[in-house]
Formats: sequence, structure tokens, C-alpha cells
Amino acid sequence: MSEFTASNQAEAGNAVGDASRYYVTEHHPENGTLLGFWIYLMSDCLIFACLFATYAVLGRNYAGGPSGAELFDLPLVALNTAFLLVSSITYGFAMLSAHKGFKSKAIMWLGITGLFGLAFLSLEIYEFVHLIHEGAGPQRSGFLTSFFALVGTHGLHVTFGVVWLVTLMFQVGKHGLTVENIRRLTCLSMFWHFLDVIWIGVFTFVYLMGTLP
Amino acid sequence: MSDHSTHAHGHGHDDHGHHHGHDAGGSHGSIKDYTIGFILSVILTAIPFWLVMAKVLPPGTTGYVLMAFAAVQVVVHMIYFLHLNSTAEHGWSMMATIFTVIVLVIMMAGSIWVMYHMNANMMPAMEMNSDSVHGVHDMP
Repeated sequence: MSEFTASNQAEAGNAVGDASRYYVTEHHPENGTLLGFWIYLMSDCLIFACLFATYAVLGRNYAGGPSGAELFDLPLVALNTAFLLVSSITYGFAMLSAHKGFKSKAIMWLGITGLFGLAFLSLEIYEFVHLIHEGAGPQRSGFLTSFFALVGTHGLHVTFGVVWLVTLMFQVGKHGLTVENIRRLTCLSMFWHFLDVIWIGVFTFVYLMGTLP
Repeated sequence: MSDHSTHAHGHGHDDHGHHHGHDAGGSHGSIKDYTIGFILSVILTAIPFWLVMAKVLPPGTTGYVLMAFAAVQVVVHMIYFLHLNSTAEHGWSMMATIFTVIVLVIMMAGSIWVMYHMNANMMPAMEMNSDSVHGVHDMP
């Protein structure tokens, strides 16, 4: 990226024509947004790492309460994992349609992705409500506190992802597949796939390894 | 600037009259990439669930196998869904990722190591203390 600014300064003195200026202003901000968003995701990754480390430390402190093996319903978790995985590939199809310029097709795939996201959230909320009704709420033990903090934070991210997705469906519907909208879709794409990567950690370390004796 | 040529292939940007740069979407995959990634993820997800639900291996071994599968699946997602490669954003994405992974490993391994040793070395003394305190309080 440094060569853009370098060439910009060098050419500014020479009073060059429109072609080079067009080139500089067109390219620089777009690179910046995607790289910036990636760095945001990496910092988000560190938040999740803190929560994973907390779970790793507290995950076996049951305080005489229920353990993961007694609480977790693995078929339900498998279904949830499937929802998130399918939503990842449907978002991929939305991106492919958007890059080909198929507006209504892109919106349709975004809608399908949103539905899978909502299905994931409903199952997770059902699980949380079920646990709290059983007396296994976040205040029961260190294990459950760290469990709700980690899985809840992921769920919150998915919630905001769905809000963002619905916003973009309306944006694309109203303004079409403009440069700005493609860039926003690309950012959400990274966000959505990133949440799927975090979920790999959640189902492996929390659900599967928590069920092991 | 070499990435312009790699980004420009087969998008049909010019067909739909949006006069934006070729890197508007960053590097993005083809339908083949997504399909390969999806199939690999399904396999890499199904096997760990099967291992735990059918209790195929002893618990200790299962733990290590689960971690290995998770690590491989994270890499698969990074490559096929997040399209991470050494040329994206002139290599800065990869740099940020490597930095994050290093910080993450130090933090996770350090926390777990320190807390494990705190538990192993300090808990017995604390328990003895609290026992004696309880003893005093329990006296009528």
C-alpha cells in the first residue's frame, strides 16, 4: 500500500492527468476497508480466546452441580452445527451471485442464510432457557458461568450478524449491487465465516470435550 | 500490483456496468472452492461427533483426536471460506493472522499452565486453612 502514496506524492508534483488520480482514489480505500475489517476480526478472535481460556480454567469446577456430560444434548448441538455450516455455504453462494451481478439471486441466498442463522439462534435460546429452568443457570457454578459467557458471546455475535444481514438485504434491494454494497457484503462474509470458525472451537472444546469423562 | 490480474479473472465486472476496481471484493472463491470447503467441513465435523457419541476410542485419546480435527477444520475454513492466502491485501492479512495466532497461543497456553500449577500447588494448603477455620467456627 505504501507504493500508492509514494507514487501519489511523486506524481502530484508533476501535475499528471486524470488517469493516475482516478487510479489512486479508486483503489486505496477498498483495500483499507477489507484489511481493517480483518484486523477487527483478529481482535475479536482475542476476545474469544480470553473466554476460551476462562472456560479451560473453570470448565471442570462444577461446585457440586451438574456436569457437561449430564447437561449437553449432543444431537441438538450437531443440528446447530449443521445449521451454521449450511449457512456458511449459502452465504458463499450469495457472494458468488453478487459478484456475477445477479441481484435477486443474491438477495434470495442472503435470505436463506438469515433463516439458517435464525434457526441456529432459536435452538441456542431454547437450550439456554432449558438449562436455566433445570436450575443450571450461569450462577450455579464456575463451569456454567464460563459456559454461558463463551456460548452467549458467540450467540450475540450471530444475532448482530443477522441484523447486519437483513440491513444489507434491504440495501441491496434498494440500491443494487454497487461497489459499496459489494464491499459491505464482503465484510459481512468475513464476519459470518469467522463466526463459523469460532463455533468449531465451541463445539469441540465445550460440547464434545465437556461430554468426555 | 500483480494481484489485479489474479483478481480480474472471470468475474464479469465489466458485463454489468459497475465501473469499480477489480479488487472491490478482495479475493473471493469459486463455486468449486466453496463446495470443496463444505464437503471437507462436513466430514471433519461428523467424525468428531461420531467419535464422542459412539464412544469409539478411550476418552484421553478422543480428546487429542478432537483437537487435531478442530485444528484441521479451522485451516480448511480459513482457506476455502475466508480465502486467506499470502497475497491477499499485499500479505498484511496473513501477517495479522500470524501475529494473532502467536498472541493466542501464548495467552491460552500461559493461562492454562499457570492456573493448572496454581491448582496443583496451592489448593491443598488453602483447603487445610479453610478446614481449620471451619473447625474454629463450628465450635459452640
